[in-house]
Amino acid sequence: MNTGLDHWIVTLVTFIPLAGGLLLLVFPRRDRDLRLFALVVSSLDFLLSLHLPAYFEHQPYAGQPGGLVGARVFQYELNLPWIRIPNIHYHVGVDGISAWLVLLTTFLTPLCVLISWKSIAARVKEFFVLLLVLETALIGVFVSLDLFLFYFFWEATLIPMALLIGMYGHGRRVYAALKFFLYTMIASAFMLAAILWLYAKTGTFDFVQIQSAIRNGQVENLTVAAPWLFLGFFVAFAVKVPLFPVHTWLPDAHVEAPTAGSVLLAGVLLKMGTYGMLRFNLGLFPEEARRNASWVMVLALISIIYGALVAMVQPNLKRLIAYSSISHLGLVVLGIFSFTALGLDGAIFQMLAHGISTGALFMLAGILFERRHTYEISEFGGLATPMPIYASFFLFIVLSSLGLPLLNGFVGEFLVLSGAFRDRAVYGILGATGVIWSACYLLWMYQRVFLGKVVHTINDSLPDLSLRERAALWPPAVLAVLMGVVPLVWLKVIDTAVQAALLPLSQIATKGTMP
Amino acid sequence: MNGSLAMVPQGVEYIRLLPEIVLSLFGMVIMIADPLLKERRPRTLGAVALLGALLALAATWVQAQYPGFAFWNMVRVDAFSVFFHFVIVGVTAVVILTSFEYMEVEGLRAGEYYGLILFGTVGTSLMSSAVELVLIFLALEISSIATYILAGFRRRAAISSEASLKYFLLGSFATAFFLYGVALMFGATGSTSIQVIGDVLSSFEVPPLAYAGIALMFVGLAFKVAAAPFHIWTPDVYEGAPAPVVGFMSTAPKAAVFAVLLRLMFEAHAPGRIGLIWVVAALSMTLGNLGALVQSNVKRLLAYSSIAHAGYLLVAFAAVPDSGIPAAMFYAASYAAMNVGAFAVVSHFSNAGESYVKLEDYSGLGSSSPLLAAILTVFLLSLIGIPITGGFIAKFYVFSAALQSNMVGLVILGVLNSAVAAYYYLRLIVVMYMREPREEVPVSAVPAGMGVAMALSLAATIYLGVLPGRVLDYAGRAVAEWTR
Repeated sequence: MNTGLDHWIVTLVTFIPLAGGLLLLVFPRRDRDLRLFALVVSSLDFLLSLHLPAYFEHQPYAGQPGGLVGARVFQYELNLPWIRIPNIHYHVGVDGISAWLVLLTTFLTPLCVLISWKSIAARVKEFFVLLLVLETALIGVFVSLDLFLFYFFWEATLIPMALLIGMYGHGRRVYAALKFFLYTMIASAFMLAAILWLYAKTGTFDFVQIQSAIRNGQVENLTVAAPWLFLGFFVAFAVKVPLFPVHTWLPDAHVEAPTAGSVLLAGVLLKMGTYGMLRFNLGLFPEEARRNASWVMVLALISIIYGALVAMVQPNLKRLIAYSSISHLGLVVLGIFSFTALGLDGAIFQMLAHGISTGALFMLAGILFERRHTYEISEFGGLATPMPIYASFFLFIVLSSLGLPLLNGFVGEFLVLSGAFRDRAVYGILGATGVIWSACYLLWMYQRVFLGKVVHTINDSLPDLSLRERAALWPPAVLAVLMGVVPLVWLKVIDTAVQAALLPLSQIATKGTMP
Repeated sequence: MNGSLAMVPQGVEYIRLLPEIVLSLFGMVIMIADPLLKERRPRTLGAVALLGALLALAATWVQAQYPGFAFWNMVRVDAFSVFFHFVIVGVTAVVILTSFEYMEVEGLRAGEYYGLILFGTVGTSLMSSAVELVLIFLALEISSIATYILAGFRRRAAISSEASLKYFLLGSFATAFFLYGVALMFGATGSTSIQVIGDVLSSFEVPPLAYAGIALMFVGLAFKVAAAPFHIWTPDVYEGAPAPVVGFMSTAPKAAVFAVLLRLMFEAHAPGRIGLIWVVAALSMTLGNLGALVQSNVKRLLAYSSIAHAGYLLVAFAAVPDSGIPAAMFYAASYAAMNVGAFAVVSHFSNAGESYVKLEDYSGLGSSSPLLAAILTVFLLSLIGIPITGGFIAKFYVFSAALQSNMVGLVILGVLNSAVAAYYYLRLIVVMYMREPREEVPVSAVPAGMGVAMALSLAATIYLGVLPGRVLDYAGRAVAEWTR
């Protein structure tokens, strides 16, 4: 673990896309070279990021059950001073949660490049530059262990994403881009205020130091401020997730975004919210999290059921998938705030599974849009006849998304629901209805798009998947099976981090029982 | 003090005034040379002015090696004043570079223009090293009179004359307030030296007259930095004045006045500081941003934004000196970099007669001139306060300084304000990237001088955003030296 690469791997994975993007600005001229270059850079980054889970040390807590959090939660750490006053460090590292989210990002980006090969015809260079810059910012969010750095990357994701939507989107793209930007920007202002307060009281932005300062009660006035700090962080993350009732930017953003934008938006950006809740709301304010869990879980349940019901009646394919995201992410929040190992494991697993299935769903929707330039479900029907391979891929991904056993969606949902059930039975039961709803709207949508006879004659001649499109769809499909069949590969790494995250909660629990 | 000899300034005291001397000399050379030149040679005069500014920068460096008092303790050269000298003279150099193109396009008389800019800079930079209220007043007037005239320099445009007159009338009124404040302060403490005033106010019971003195001085200075509720003139003047001049007057004199305010508030231990700042900062941020939301003219939009930024900067004044002063200094520097850059783009784009200053004129700039649009975008993002830019670090630093002094309410207001502000800057970005270009708006190639000006502001904005350490350290050292 002490080789040079281990210290620098996270930095490399984070900044290779940015470097690639900058090179792209000056280097290739022809559009084809641009795409190829972006593909090479993002694939290289993916290969490099495989190092993170491959050499991850699994059980740092072995031999010290219930021991102090001093063991190595974060790995591949690098901590360099960046600015002296205020005391800001370039502190990066990953734990079992963020390692997988980094991998999810690096996995989806090359697929985004592939899927945008043809659909982006104008301003190609800017598109791929923005995509690669976005990748760096996203990875940066997950690996930052300095709150300033985290906020830095958090805000930095906004610009490339808003530009991707606004420059390459459809119809009401400007409105959608602005709405997306303002919602996130205004919400994260509250987080900034909370971060600044923490800095003012602790004199550091370092996550680990702040965490230990809070746990050891070294922060003055914390009991008064903690509810507000919790809220400050929570509002920023809830908008990103998005949780009912601050979800309204998401359908607009998704519908107008170009395919690659949607894939990264659903696949990774939304996870920034749930990741933030885990890392900061739970990690820094476990007692507050516990206290607020009941209403947060109610919001999560509303998101699950409301999202699913609204998805059911959507005439627009992309809007339907967008609302299904709201529903699925509600499940993740439910798992996080259940405060059980099962629920947390499941929530994180569900984050990954959702990233892959919904990412793939958006790619599939994009493929259809490239052929027909519409997302209206009523424009299709009977597509299984002209596009059999496409239809099979679609069915497979739909099944993984609705949680068919042996596919990735099932594992996460099952764990989350059993965790929620253990916390409070009624939450588990209500949450479980979400699974039923998702089966309803997804299968109904599938039926309307693919089954029956071809209604519109124009659809008769639609070409089936090209080699490139198949190349983009096979990886998520294979991964969906792998994650469903051998989830332990993922859960083993996740559980390390979850145990660490739950530790302070168990301390609270014991504190509570003491006289 | 040994008699009359002490009354004669020593050689080193002139060095402590070297940048001002250099600038005055060059200003005079330009004024004299202008009528003697047979042909109109705006470019030559511009080059001379630029040389003057660069030499003044060098003089500032020389001056920094000789810290201390000069001229009967009226001038004090320390890291604080050197910091502001660099900012102010640097801004002047960039503004001169942006003016090359503007002078030619508009066909203006260059001699007086460059001369006035240099004289304005003399007053402006003197303000940051003056530690005596009467000298501060003189410096303020030197700088103000130059900018009054510069604001009306587009003589053929009625709107420019209107701007000049408005600025002149209200400005003289404001400096009168300042002078009255100085008089009252003298009555209250028996001195016009900031240091002595500070000693008196911190060691004895504060006389009521001192409150009135501070309040009146504050009114005069708040007018100059366009802080609400003394901001009404700003949009009209910024709209009418020539674009490069607005770039100048929204940054350099503002930075200098903030330097004076810093000395007045902290070194003179101004009574009632927190309450005063609270109200003015909150008002400036809110009114500035609300006003900017509805503007359709880019210059007016940037005018309202400058009101809001004055508000953010004032938040630092509510903090304790150790963290508040460096935060304010850093903010002044980074605001200067991004705003002067933004006005460089605006002035290049506006074309002859400033015809294209409306928001919709910028439609599709992202595709018709990607580089220009990208540069303006960086400045706008910095004004919003997005990471990797100086604007972000500056805001961050100011707000964290205020939080360290437990000004939670003010910080929340500021943070919310900066979120709202994102909207109107974004509108411009949206127009540039997400609209079709308008055929009738010509986008000419960027000339060399303008290009250098933009590149410098861009480099400064990014540098302050990525590696703010050195500048922050310097500002911190300035304060340590000062409060010692």
